[in-house]
Amino acid sequence: MKDTPLSNCERDFLLKAIEEKKRLDGRQTYDYRKMKITFGTDFGCCFVDLGKTRVMAQVSGELVTPKENRPNEGIMFFNIELSPMASPAFEAGRQSELSVKLNRQLERCLRNSKCLDTESLCVVSGEKVWQIRVDVHMLNHDGNLMDAASIAAITALCHFRRPDVGIQGDDVTVYSPEERDPIPLSIYHMPISVSFSFFQQGTYLLVDPCEREERVMDGLLMIAMNKHREICSIQSSGGIMLLKEQVMRCSKIASVKVSEITELISKALENDKKARKTGGKCGFAESMPQERITALKMDETPVEMTDVTDRANDIVQKAEAPPQTVPSPLVPVPGVGQVGQGLHNTWGLEEEEEEEEEEEEENDNDNSGEEQEETKMEEEQHEKEESRGGDVVEISDSEEEEVVILHPEKPDKAPTNTGSSSYQRGAATSKKKQKQ
Amino acid sequence: MMEVCGSSNVTLREFGSEQSLLSRPDGSASFIQGDTSVLAAVYGPAEVKVSKEIYDRATLEVLIQPKVGLPSVRERAQEQCVRETCEASLLLSLHPRSSLTLILQLIHDDGSLLSCFLNAACVALMDAGLPMSRLFCGVTCAIDADGQIITDPTAAQEKESRALMTFAIDATERQVMMSSTRGSFSVHELQQCIAVSQKASEKIFQFYRDSVRRRYSKTL
Repeated sequence: MKDTPLSNCERDFLLKAIEEKKRLDGRQTYDYRKMKITFGTDFGCCFVDLGKTRVMAQVSGELVTPKENRPNEGIMFFNIELSPMASPAFEAGRQSELSVKLNRQLERCLRNSKCLDTESLCVVSGEKVWQIRVDVHMLNHDGNLMDAASIAAITALCHFRRPDVGIQGDDVTVYSPEERDPIPLSIYHMPISVSFSFFQQGTYLLVDPCEREERVMDGLLMIAMNKHREICSIQSSGGIMLLKEQVMRCSKIASVKVSEITELISKALENDKKARKTGGKCGFAESMPQERITALKMDETPVEMTDVTDRANDIVQKAEAPPQTVPSPLVPVPGVGQVGQGLHNTWGLEEEEEEEEEEEEENDNDNSGEEQEETKMEEEQHEKEESRGGDVVEISDSEEEEVVILHPEKPDKAPTNTGSSSYQRGAATSKKKQKQ
Repeated sequence: MMEVCGSSNVTLREFGSEQSLLSRPDGSASFIQGDTSVLAAVYGPAEVKVSKEIYDRATLEVLIQPKVGLPSVRERAQEQCVRETCEASLLLSLHPRSSLTLILQLIHDDGSLLSCFLNAACVALMDAGLPMSRLFCGVTCAIDADGQIITDPTAAQEKESRALMTFAIDATERQVMMSSTRGSFSVHELQQCIAVSQKASEKIFQFYRDSVRRRYSKTL
């Protein structure tokens, strides 16, 4: 499915508005859109709404053998799925450029910054470590997927609880969540990426571009930072050339934004923890807004079952009786099973030809000396000649080919058939000599 | 012959749906049955690749995205069930040489997953405004070890069950459009489950009507 292309008047309008410091949704230059963080039913599931951009992250863990060069460190695996749901331009299963770019950026942001203590994920050094897998699904693309994905990923990692593991000597026991409470991962810091889009060769700058603004931008600067003002990763794409002051200014803006976002994340995690402790139901179901007219909920309802048995009996009685006999398989030869008789050959070959083939096959299978074969075949040849009226065919010495004349009783067609060869089902071979 | 006793097991969990919750797709809906939740999005009618186009009908593509990992054979089997049901109910011949894409994202699986996919698909298709000859809904029945019929089972109930059946029921005549079963059961049990599903589907269709009525309450 192709995405609708951006029209020239839209592009001109956007660029002109940016020059006058106006944005489509009325934000200021450095403003983020409204951000909402909710959690799913199980640990490690997190939804992030950044304006209309919607992203879901799920963290899961399993025990695997560690990498050979790092036997006592756990493994982190990131996967960003550009679901076709998010935009008509995303295709299922295709690794587009954008997908590769986002995956790489998320990896650099979270893995290379060592935000997660991988040594604490080791269970038995060299044999079993935890592999923490983060799957980020894009649900709706309205710009700035990278920021939403990084917030969702780090929040989900903070929310995730892995099963408790007990080691007694050589025995390793993994306790299920019912037996022992699962334990959270040890996270050192929370790197969050902030995106800046540049227009008119770096003259104008916008934070958190929406989808339309992303389409007309010249370049993108992504800075991943944590709340301690440490830069975890910087990436500039689009080929724009930035001045040092611009980059410094962006990093200052980023540190302000990151501290705001980190606070929001901590508050959301706190609220969720409180809700779970009081035993309240939490998850996607609960976070569905009730006041909207587009949403409706219905309580648990019983289903009437009064005449179900009668109806069922009725239907079964009215139905036809099932066939009682099932043809049992025959075994004519060991290794061959036969059920039924098969149908008559409907290929429309002439009966004569079938007989010819049979004769030829018999001749070939006959092991009584070549001379006899040859004489037999010559006799046959004579017979065939008589029946065909002299249309003989010479073929090569190749044993694989077999020549069959398609219409032996119609001599006028013979010249067209001469020299042609057709392959028969049985790979019966025969040699014919040219007769004059 | 199995007796179906009492109505304590035959309940539908609380369900809810929200429509038009995503801005990019032409139609979107989320459907929640107890703790099982699914998000559906529809794009169409849109341009179709020449290799996939059909000269007199629209090409319907269904994609099911699991939560963790890449789609596997199980998702393909579920996609087939959903696609066949949708093709039977959509008026595909009104949009020849176009594509309709239905994407289902699993949010949380707590049993009755295939019927949740079907319900979410129907609500999303309604939200997109695609012409349909009939609405459909999905109902899952499980037969547990004692022979009791349970509708809308949770994941724990599904695991303990001897047989699990999902039916797609149509709205006009309550007929079975698609069935997907696993496990062993007798002919009687099958017919009983179908009858139970038909009864249960009435609740779901009433829910569809209520949610659409609520949605357009301000405009109509």
